[in-house]
Amino acid sequence: MFRSIVRLQSQFGNILSPNKVCPRSPHFRFALKYSTAITERKRFYQDVSISQGEGGLYEINLDRKKLKTPGGKLFTVPNEVLAIAVATEWDAQRDTLKFYTMHLTTLCNTALDNPTQRNKEQMINAALKFLETDTVCYRVDEPHGLVELQKNEWDPVLHWIENRYNVTIGSSSSILGPEIPEATKDTFRQHLNSYNFWSLTGLEFVITQLKSVVLSMGMIDRHLSVEQAVLLSRLEEEYQIQHWGNVEWAHDYDMYELRARTAAGALFVHLSSEGSTVKRKLLQDRQG
Amino acid sequence: MAALLPPLRVCRGILKELRAMQGATYKLSPAYNYVMEQFRKNKVTGEMYCRAQQEAHHDSNTYLCLLASNRTHLALHKLYHGKGDRSREEVAGLVGLRLPTQPGGKGWEK
Repeated sequence: MFRSIVRLQSQFGNILSPNKVCPRSPHFRFALKYSTAITERKRFYQDVSISQGEGGLYEINLDRKKLKTPGGKLFTVPNEVLAIAVATEWDAQRDTLKFYTMHLTTLCNTALDNPTQRNKEQMINAALKFLETDTVCYRVDEPHGLVELQKNEWDPVLHWIENRYNVTIGSSSSILGPEIPEATKDTFRQHLNSYNFWSLTGLEFVITQLKSVVLSMGMIDRHLSVEQAVLLSRLEEEYQIQHWGNVEWAHDYDMYELRARTAAGALFVHLSSEGSTVKRKLLQDRQG
Repeated sequence: MAALLPPLRVCRGILKELRAMQGATYKLSPAYNYVMEQFRKNKVTGEMYCRAQQEAHHDSNTYLCLLASNRTHLALHKLYHGKGDRSREEVAGLVGLRLPTQPGGKGWEK
C-alpha cells in the first residue's frame, strides 16, 4: 500500500502533497492504477486504431476495446493529430508496455483524470511559483568560467522574454534570488489564463521539467528548440561535464529523458491548443 | 530564432524513427500518412512569410526530438537500469553453491 503511494508521488513529483493522499480517499484508487506506470505489462493487443466518437472527440481502440484512462474514464482527445501521436505510442510498444516512455499518453491521462483535482487557477499559481526560483535567474559568483557561461547563454533568453512580454525579471547571484515585481506575475498570470486546461497541464509539466518558466515560455513561443531549452536548463551540469567528463549512464540517461519529456510537453501544449486553427486550415484548403 | 533542422531532414528523421518503432509496415500507419501529408501541404504554400509553416516546422522538430530521445533513452535504460534483486538461485551461484532441487538431499534424512 505504502509503496504504491510512494510511487505515485515520485511520478507526479511535488504536485501531490502527502496530506492529499490517504488510503481512504478516492485518490487511492488512482494510486493503485497509476503505479503501473513504473511496472511493465504484457502487450495485450494487436491493432491500434483511431475512431471519432461523440462530440467530435477522438478515441483510441486497442483491437476491439476502447482505451480507458487509469481513472476509468473513456480516453478521448480533442483532435486527430494528438490521437495519431498517442496511437503511435501504443503501436510502438513491443512485447511489454513501457508506460514510462509514453509521455503523451500520460499527459492526456493527467488532463482527463485530473488526479489532483485542481482548477486552472491553482495550476497557474503552481506554474508561477517557479518564476520566483527560476533556473535562469540564479547566477553563481564563481568559478569564472561558469559565470561567463551563464551570462552569455542565459542573458539573451532572459532579455528576449522581457521584451516579448514587456516585463522585468532580472537575475541575481544572492541566495534570495531577484525580486520579481508583482506586475510581471500579473502579466504572466493573464497570459497563462488564455491557455485551456489541457495546454496548461502540458505547460506545467514542461515548467517542472526545465525548472524554469523563462525557458519553458521561450520554447512554447517557439523561440528555442527543445534541444536548446534542455541544454540551457542543464547549463551547470554541462559545464561540470566539460571539466570532469561525461558519464553515459547518468548524464546522457538524464538528458535524453529530459529531452523526451520536454518535447512531449511542448508538443502536447501546441497540439491541444491547436484545435481551431487546424480546422480553419482545412477549410481554406477546400476553398482554394 | 531557434536553430532547427531543415524540413527535409526532419521529415526523413521522423520517418526513420517511425520505421524503427513500427517495422517494415510503417507506411501503412496513420502517423506516416499524416507526416507525409503535412510536409507536402506545407511545402506548396505560396505565401512568403507563413506563420503556420513556421509553427509546423518547429512542431515537427519537437516531434523528431521526442521520438529520437525516447529511443535513445530506452536503449540506455535497457543497458543500465537495475533489474532488481537477484534471484535466490543466482545469489547461491555467485558463491559457487547450488540450491537443492528436490527434497531428499542433505537435511532431509530421517
